Amino acid sequence: MNETILLDPTSEQSPARRERRTPPAALDGLTVALLDIGKARGDVFLQQLGLRLGERGIAVRHYAKPTNTKVAPVALAQQIAEECDLVVEALSD
Amino acid sequence: MPSPETAARRGRYRLFVKRDCPTCTLLEPVYADLLAAGAELDVLSQDDPTFPDRLADRVRDDRDLEQSFRNRIETVPTLIRLDGETEMERTVGWDRDEWRRLTGLDTLGESLPPFRPGCGSRSVEPGMAERLAVRFGELPMRARRIELTASDDAVEAAFERGWSDGLPVVPPTELRVLRMLGGTTRDPAEVLGRVPPNLAECTVEKVAINAVMAGCKPEYLPVVLAAVEAALEPAFCMHGLLCTTYFSAPVVIVNGPVARRIGMNCGTNALGQGNRANATIGRALQLVVRNVGGGIPGGIDRATLGTPGKYTFCFAEDESDPSWEPLAVSRGIEPGKSAVTLFGGDGVLGNFDQLSRTPESLTASLAMSLVAIGHPKKFQAHDAFLVLSPEHYRIYREAGWSRGRILDALIAACERPGEELVRGAGGVAEGMPASVAGQRITKFRPAGLGLVRAGGIAGLMSAIIGGWAATGERGSEPVTKEIRT
Repeated sequence: MNETILLDPTSEQSPARRERRTPPAALDGLTVALLDIGKARGDVFLQQLGLRLGERGIAVRHYAKPTNTKVAPVALAQQIAEECDLVVEALSD
Repeated sequence: MPSPETAARRGRYRLFVKRDCPTCTLLEPVYADLLAAGAELDVLSQDDPTFPDRLADRVRDDRDLEQSFRNRIETVPTLIRLDGETEMERTVGWDRDEWRRLTGLDTLGESLPPFRPGCGSRSVEPGMAERLAVRFGELPMRARRIELTASDDAVEAAFERGWSDGLPVVPPTELRVLRMLGGTTRDPAEVLGRVPPNLAECTVEKVAINAVMAGCKPEYLPVVLAAVEAALEPAFCMHGLLCTTYFSAPVVIVNGPVARRIGMNCGTNALGQGNRANATIGRALQLVVRNVGGGIPGGIDRATLGTPGKYTFCFAEDESDPSWEPLAVSRGIEPGKSAVTLFGGDGVLGNFDQLSRTPESLTASLAMSLVAIGHPKKFQAHDAFLVLSPEHYRIYREAGWSRGRILDALIAACERPGEELVRGAGGVAEGMPASVAGQRITKFRPAGLGLVRAGGIAGLMSAIIGGWAATGERGSEPVTKEIRT
């Protein structure tokens, strides 16, 4: 059976596209994960970002994916979710 | 020589056949005779475009059944006489006189038997009609289409969109929803009411979509529709029941012939798992409240602990004992009709009395459990339903006690002296105001205790389903709705 078209079971008061989580209004009191996905110079960018955030008194924690060719291991994603409130990745070269 | 009239009848025909049909193959000489007589014959083959063999060069391939669907073919062979593209008349199967009349050929099929019934059209094989409607027809569903990519898993997509109660849902495809809508005679666009908390309009179609997701069969849909209608009655107070910090959720009790017809469980493990109708009807109601109404746990649903019944809580009453007046009948539904009764209830409290043998002892014993619901010192606050098992009911039946007498006795047995209930009594701060001291008060408001029969034949035990802390006019009343088609 073709399951690529589904009928919306809701009252259709929200957009058809899956909504993103609303970003927090401020970072005060939150912990930011800085995830190095292994792309070149991503670590440099995140290092700088971490310093800047630190200067503003915002807690940061650094993480790294084992390889940029695969999605993050579930254990790493769970660790970040447990320890942090939001995450910044450096995506590009 | 044929008359001018019959010659005129030898006009355009459309013929639907399949090789798998013995009547269709039997008639091969007839098709040839029709052509030889000058008829313009449009042949559509449902299973093999090389059949009929002698007409292979003019056969149209209808293996996708589009033309069979568009021409509403139910039997093969079907011969349709056309005027231009307009159908003038048709005959199904082989009735020699009819074919002769339709074609004006007075000797058609002379060597064949006068009658053969034909076979079912492939376009009406089980499940096929809806498949063809999805592919070629105009669908009655108006809901927004959510398009997934080929790499998406539809079950996971439903989770991601927040459509699930935490368990996997059946993806609501057009085909499944169309089949579900076949379970009711009601118009998919009919509005049942507005579902709290968002007061969103709820159509029969939206209920059908959520019933698909819950895992319902189409024949359950009328029960789900009645349950939704009951939940939307102001007296049921669905909004309050949803947003309360208390445990409660709608408990759906089904009465009448529909329960047997759709195979609901009223016997062994009636309040438990394992029966598709029980499980999915209750779940469908919850999904309607969640998806149409927007009643999301942690959002407007602020239950402190909730209850497993918030996934589903639905069962049928055992009406097999003729001495017993069914719940729905006691609530004004005509005997023999089907109905749902909704009750804002929480978990199940067992009463395991194996030694009572008289109705007096059993009543006093059940009352000890009944007074404990909500809080043992809070009276006139909660409603309850008592689910009497067969073995407990037998004690009442053998003593000749009716539903009404059992209820009256239970309510009387739930009386307690006010001084035992006041705040501070028994060293417990919770309780009734000091003003009740010196009075005898009973646990339940009038009509605050419901009685229903269910359960397996073995076991001297009954179940109590406690109700929400807000009852009657200031909260939720049980609501009964007749189940339509």
